[in-house]
Amino acid sequence: MQTFILNNKKLITLLSGFLIVSGFFSRFVFGNIVVLQTALIIASIIGIAPIAIQAYQALKVKVISIDVLVTIAVVGAFLIQNFEESAIVTFLFLFGHFLEQRTLNQTRSAIKELTEMAPERALVQTNTGEFEEVDVDEVEEGDVLLVKTGAKIPVDGTVLSGEGYINEASITGESVPVTKTEDLNVYAGTILENGTLQIVADRVGEETTFGKIIELVEEAQDSKSEAERFIDKFSKYYTPAVLVLSFIVWIISQNIELAITILVLGCPGALVIGVPVSNVSGIGNGARHGVLLKGSEVIHDFSRVDTIVFDKTGTLTAGTPTVARKETYGEDSEEALNYLVSVERESDHPLAKAILEEIKATKNYVVTETEVIKGGGIVAQVSGHRVTVGNVTLMHKEGVKLSKRAQKDIKQAEEKGHSLVLTAVDGELRSLMGIKDQVRLGVKNDLKKLKELGVQNLVVLSGDNQGTVDAVASELNLTEAHGHMLPEDKSAYIKKLQEEGQIVAFVGDGVNDSPSLALADIGIAMGSGTDVAIETSDVVLMNSDFNRLPHALGLVKATASNMIQNIVIAVGVVLILLASVFFSDWMNMSIGMLVHEGSILVVILNGMRLLKYRLPRSRETEQVNKVKIK
Amino acid sequence: MKKAILKLETLACPSCMQKIENALKGLKGIEKDTVKVLFNSSKAKTVFDSEKISIDAIEKAIEDLGYPVIKSTVKDA
Repeated sequence: MQTFILNNKKLITLLSGFLIVSGFFSRFVFGNIVVLQTALIIASIIGIAPIAIQAYQALKVKVISIDVLVTIAVVGAFLIQNFEESAIVTFLFLFGHFLEQRTLNQTRSAIKELTEMAPERALVQTNTGEFEEVDVDEVEEGDVLLVKTGAKIPVDGTVLSGEGYINEASITGESVPVTKTEDLNVYAGTILENGTLQIVADRVGEETTFGKIIELVEEAQDSKSEAERFIDKFSKYYTPAVLVLSFIVWIISQNIELAITILVLGCPGALVIGVPVSNVSGIGNGARHGVLLKGSEVIHDFSRVDTIVFDKTGTLTAGTPTVARKETYGEDSEEALNYLVSVERESDHPLAKAILEEIKATKNYVVTETEVIKGGGIVAQVSGHRVTVGNVTLMHKEGVKLSKRAQKDIKQAEEKGHSLVLTAVDGELRSLMGIKDQVRLGVKNDLKKLKELGVQNLVVLSGDNQGTVDAVASELNLTEAHGHMLPEDKSAYIKKLQEEGQIVAFVGDGVNDSPSLALADIGIAMGSGTDVAIETSDVVLMNSDFNRLPHALGLVKATASNMIQNIVIAVGVVLILLASVFFSDWMNMSIGMLVHEGSILVVILNGMRLLKYRLPRSRETEQVNKVKIK
Repeated sequence: MKKAILKLETLACPSCMQKIENALKGLKGIEKDTVKVLFNSSKAKTVFDSEKISIDAIEKAIEDLGYPVIKSTVKDA
């Protein structure tokens, strides 16, 4: 019986609405009061049934819920034979609930889209060697799985055989398909667009990268900030307090009508729902735009950030150095460059990689007696010549003379923030390479937007030499730049800022900056969905996409103020309702319930605005885009 | 000790959370401090002693309140 009534709440709402309308219809068209009264009585009784059941269940577990207040109010109205009030109030309460549920589902839609991307079925190899379709929960580590064209990869694993194109947008945000062949890793939730693969399961279920992302977002949307915990505690006592207040009013005034009206007006609905809807919409918007926010505490802190500290390599710059300047000295430079390439091939230094990318050797030589000089470069024998490859310090040490032209080139390159690789053959300088780590595309504009959003200081910390760091800082208009910093220097610097009372965010790649990520008030990881980044940080920018950062900051600011708006609306409505019941005569139970349910819908709709939030474009961005189109 | 994750039908009112939370805390064999009801994802999580209470009994307690359990998973805590 109970379940039957609860399952048919929608039908009951509809029926009760129909009874009320037709009752009033017969009253005003045919002047028939008996039909009206009967209709209202029936509407009250069927309407109160589901509410009363929920109230009873709440009381059983010692919770005084809104249902309890409404049930007492409606029973009271019924007893004093005010059937009009009792019928309309129950209808409005039920109908309001129905609308609430519909709109709430909207606010949760963004996160639902994400969780629905999770794989559900998998083809597992059985003992006989055949493949059998099972639920993805039943897959265990080490199982061999078959994935066909169009299917989702069910686990994190390694390709055993086959070849295919995989769309990894769900993990990296990058939608250009990647080719996967034997021994390469594949990730759960990504889609095999073409081909057939057999894979071995390495990690399953919640252990997969995708599983972790989902768990993080799910936990985040329900995490509570201090303010919210306060509201929860408050409403725990608030609802019983309303009950007590109405009882006192009844004793003093002996006016049942007034007492039950207070019960209805005092319902805390909008207050308890206002903050969670802002939270879930804000986090949902982030998830859609490649920004994972770990909960409402993060939203609160991030929205008040004063200083953002950046790591340089891989954050502000692309992390893939390229040769920006090439000079040669003396004759037969081709031969000298061949020597350089032969030596660099022995090294796995990032600068060596950049040189190999740039220069294609015409001849290869055997390199012997290779000696790596720490903090300097390499000295080696190549076909009878002594070849020195390295920085200026090494050249001085080797007694290589630098001509006026070379000195000028070195000075210019250093001013531009290039790292230098010089080559000397038999003690004579033959070439200079100025190598630059390119600033990521659009970073300058993104940083400007951050400033427009109210961030006061933008600081870069790096292990590179001060010249390189200064060059990046002046190119990007940063407030401060510090080079020669080890990871522990970076975290000490952040600590210093915090002691000055600043709220500090740190943006890094999440691999070598874990201490700083953890120490900063807000750790922002630019991880392509790597485990470390997800675990140690507060905010993850998927696909290492720097231009999501202004969106993230704008979004948390909008979300934080949305929460405040909702609290103000909710508290304001209750205060106005309570004031008008004491100081005016137009207030009654039905109007109270209408306003009350209305305010709940208003806060939900207000929260939903966040789903559509986009960073307002600054003028400069528009111009840049126009130029691009031209 | 086992950990249970119960997926519920969409929760619409925050007071539902309080009800489910109190109901779970009132059961024997439940680790009270681990009870967590997630409003937006409509899930309940708790650690329980499988010798004192079964997952079926936990499900029943929630369903008796009028909130159908869609799916439940139990893992070693």
